[in-house]
Amino acid sequence: MMTNPTGRLTQGQFSFLPDLTDAEINLQIEYGLRRGYAWSVEYTDDPHPRNTFWEMFGMPMFDLRDAAGVMLELRNCRQTFPHHYIRLVAFDSTRGIESITMSFIVNRPPSEPGFGLQRQEGPGRTLRYTLTPYATARPEGERY
Amino acid sequence: MGAPDYSIPGSVAPRPVSEAVSDAAPQPAAGAARTVAAVLAESQVEAVLDELERDLVGLAPVKQRIRDIAALLVIDKLRMNLGLQAETPSLHMSFTGNPGTGKTTVALRMAEILHRLGYVRKGHLVAVTRDDLVGQYIGHTAPKTREVLKKAMGGVLFIDEAYYLYRPENERDYGQEAIEILLQVMENQRDDLVVILAGYKDRMDTFFKSNPGMSSRIAHHLDFPDYSVDELQQIAQCMLQQRHYHFGADAAAVFHQYLERRIRQPHFANARSVRNALDRARLRQASRLFAERERELGQDDLTTLLPVDLLASRVFADTQL
Repeated sequence: MMTNPTGRLTQGQFSFLPDLTDAEINLQIEYGLRRGYAWSVEYTDDPHPRNTFWEMFGMPMFDLRDAAGVMLELRNCRQTFPHHYIRLVAFDSTRGIESITMSFIVNRPPSEPGFGLQRQEGPGRTLRYTLTPYATARPEGERY
Repeated sequence: MGAPDYSIPGSVAPRPVSEAVSDAAPQPAAGAARTVAAVLAESQVEAVLDELERDLVGLAPVKQRIRDIAALLVIDKLRMNLGLQAETPSLHMSFTGNPGTGKTTVALRMAEILHRLGYVRKGHLVAVTRDDLVGQYIGHTAPKTREVLKKAMGGVLFIDEAYYLYRPENERDYGQEAIEILLQVMENQRDDLVVILAGYKDRMDTFFKSNPGMSSRIAHHLDFPDYSVDELQQIAQCMLQQRHYHFGADAAAVFHQYLERRIRQPHFANARSVRNALDRARLRQASRLFAERERELGQDDLTTLLPVDLLASRVFADTQL
């Protein structure tokens, strides 16, 4: 059964939609800034669903007033890692929340081979499942 | 690549996004303003200009230049409404003048004016000095400068005493790096932020001479003239009014004399010196009233500065009064 016919990684917000344009990303950033979130840019080439810690591209950007600053960092990141997954993450520093409130992918590699499912038989009729990205067979930096 | 070719059941198939964007391309809008008055009414810039005229004493050349800039921006807006080419003018400025001539105050107003006219999106002012831009060690400066620039985007970046950025005596100074990043952003992201450099006239001139790239990227060089004694007197009246004080009998004349003496002394900082002088007068007034324990003090006593409060100043020390 194919659960993801387009072979696209679906993590975070908007991931079932067509890729956001820069203008749309800009609007999302503006929304976050209005809510007082701090944006940061993260990238990875190991997009396993359990790999929640992606590499940070620069520091989180606190005290910004306008989306242009985040877009500047995003452009830099796209230039440096054109074939990586890049996401924007919004952090809400309100006391008691202090966690990520928004996260969406803004850059994808040209081809996304997806994940392979391995089944391992255990005692009795137990089945254990492992999800392996096909791309991680190759070393870091050469995956996509 | 990338876009899913399926649609969510019950919804229309996703429209190619590029189409949606081209819809928003600038077209002469039907209801757009056609007269200067309409743009002014829309942006309320008139109110800011009036406020500038009312609140700031003197500074005629500066006010004139701000009016010119505002006029250009209004006309550009009209051109844009008719679909004519109106490229974003370079709005980077340099404010030169002696201390206390109102550079920071005008910069704040500038942010407001540009915001009302829609040339900066947020209209906030980020005021920095060399310390905020230049780092301590190799590789520290670029991220630091970038962070400040990112904070200032959508508003105005005000660099006070900008000439400190460039230290000719130390060729390995990191200030040069900050200047290069600044120049790059000033050129490439002209519609994202406006940079205002401020500093003393002579030092800024040397700064621009040694950084011709900086000078040529700044379209508006505004020189803030020193205030005359009468203007300073007017400023003092404004300051006192704001703080609910007033000069008592003869005190205004004494303050005029004070200014005439003070202006000739070293380290005279225009409006800032006036403010300091008034602050000291308030101190003396307070201790004068404090000394009279039993006296009942009315509003008049508490708000009046008497000649005694001013004459006690060091400036009058050499005269017998």
